Amino acid sequence: MRYQPVSVGLAQRLFSTKGWTGLAAALGVILVLVPLLNLLVPVSSPLHLSDYAVALAGKILCYAMVALAMDLIWGYTGILSLGHSLFFALGGYAFGMYLMRQIGHDGSYGSNLPDFMVFLDWKAYPWYWSFTDHFWYAAMLVIAVPALLALVFGYFAFRSRIKGVYFSIITQAMTYAFMLLFFRNETGFGGNNGFTDFKRIAGIPIATGEMRMALFILSGLALLGFLLLARAIVTSKFGRVLTAIRDAESRVMFCGYNPLRYKLAIWTFSAVICGIAGALYVPQVGIINPSEMSPANSIEIAIWVAVGGRGTLIGPLLGAGIVNGAKSWFTVAFPEYWLYFLGLLFVLVTLFLPQGVMGLLKKMRR
Amino acid sequence: METLASGDSGSHTLIPGELDASHGVVLYLEEVTVSFDGFRALNNLSLTIDVGELRCIIGPNGAGKTTMMDVITGKTRPDTGTVFFGQTLDLSQMTEAQIAQAGIGRKFQKPTVFENHSVYENLELAIKTNKGVWNSLFGRLSGEQTDRIGEILYTINLVDKAPLRAGLLSHGQKQWLEIGMLLAQEPKLLLLDEPVAGMTDHETERTAELLTALAGQHSIIVVEHDMDFVSSIARKVTVLHEGCVLAEGPMETVQHNEKVIEVYLGR
Repeated sequence: MRYQPVSVGLAQRLFSTKGWTGLAAALGVILVLVPLLNLLVPVSSPLHLSDYAVALAGKILCYAMVALAMDLIWGYTGILSLGHSLFFALGGYAFGMYLMRQIGHDGSYGSNLPDFMVFLDWKAYPWYWSFTDHFWYAAMLVIAVPALLALVFGYFAFRSRIKGVYFSIITQAMTYAFMLLFFRNETGFGGNNGFTDFKRIAGIPIATGEMRMALFILSGLALLGFLLLARAIVTSKFGRVLTAIRDAESRVMFCGYNPLRYKLAIWTFSAVICGIAGALYVPQVGIINPSEMSPANSIEIAIWVAVGGRGTLIGPLLGAGIVNGAKSWFTVAFPEYWLYFLGLLFVLVTLFLPQGVMGLLKKMRR
Repeated sequence: METLASGDSGSHTLIPGELDASHGVVLYLEEVTVSFDGFRALNNLSLTIDVGELRCIIGPNGAGKTTMMDVITGKTRPDTGTVFFGQTLDLSQMTEAQIAQAGIGRKFQKPTVFENHSVYENLELAIKTNKGVWNSLFGRLSGEQTDRIGEILYTINLVDKAPLRAGLLSHGQKQWLEIGMLLAQEPKLLLLDEPVAGMTDHETERTAELLTALAGQHSIIVVEHDMDFVSSIARKVTVLHEGCVLAEGPMETVQHNEKVIEVYLGR
């Protein structure tokens, strides 16, 4: 042999020791600290964590999942979707159907149909509501509906090689079209009121501290699970092909890869994460309506990711936390200025922090 | 797999999707025409490349050299005419990825490497293997592939740069990395668009050595403006002009061809 063996490892380690420690700490906070402070520490104690705080944190965990999904498709693959709130809302609606069925006869009209159907003078559930009273069927829909839509939409968009801003505009139009569809009462999803007044999950009352905690823990575990999966994806060769598509797609093709399959796989996976996040979100906030599909919501998701730092997995989680934390404070303190602040934040981040908060942290460490 | 008896010359095995160059010709372009908005970038171009040949293609700007590369690699579809890789593979019916899988590698005019990946990862992505989604998710480099990457790093003189981000390489090094990526694909036909642009004299010399060494195992088409470089490697030169072949033959003959002189030096 004329050459020296080259010993360059590929970044195949899932996490560094520090990463694992962080992950374990997050797990401890979710599984032990929060339940302890909320359920066992008496309300009078200053250490008590209010129900409001738990609900808010649970909501933000769901948003963080969406940010993670967005980062996979935008940060790593370079495809900016401005329709991700649609997948989130579809997951929410799919699980919402089950929650509506769980109301049973306890609605205002005492019928076995949801109130809005009674109001429309419908006598029976439309066909697409069949089996939604079964938990596992609804859970399957939470995954299948966003996945199927993403697969079909993605196949045609990627096959036609629609890229960049054109793709973003089409996704925006798609979520807008679905929003209009869901606003119609005849669509059978409660029109502009959507689904609300949920009573139970699996027969257990929804408005209890324990249920709230269970949903919070489930959201936290789902987020950490997806974080692990996402990390496994981006450290695999598959992940390196995704970034290669982002940076030089034609070279990827001339290397013999079919970008369509890669884009479709990550796009669909991303949509599924959003669907699951939506399904966990709806019982925690107690409502889902078509405004969740509004184009502005999708843009906000992109802002979380940009603020946190594209192409880093932790960044978007931080971004979702920071922006939504600020939002819940702002909308109480100065409700009319929130959108201005959000716009300003986006402009400032784009101008001065192209790598987001993660970029800033990296700079400070140096 | 099916076996076709081909008369007196005996029989050979045909594998669908694999190159069959049993007639000694790796690439056929026949009467290929491509127009963009009425402008004929290729005009009835016919050209054949033999197995193991190193062919240089020269021609003034707008002669159709890059369009020809685009047609061969599936980026542009011919309006009329046929493009065949060996006897059996109709390139006009295949996607870019399929063509690359079948064994045609291409180096762009502007070096195109994955700048955010390390040099090593660039080669890992290029290395010949199953390039499906599933394999990328769960596959690992085999020992042979790791050895092969090491060998290529040595060939392209980037061993000590292996862990470096490719974006940090010099222009010439990027050109070399791109050639290395082509080698990793183990193509049967290599298309090189201006491989020595931006290289130092020393690098150019080494590239010439490399290409000469590769010819024989691979068929190579080089498009180049650098005449010294062309004369140093070429056995056969094709001159393109206004989308078709103006002259073809050994460098000395072509250089003294009156039509060629006219096109290059002006009337």
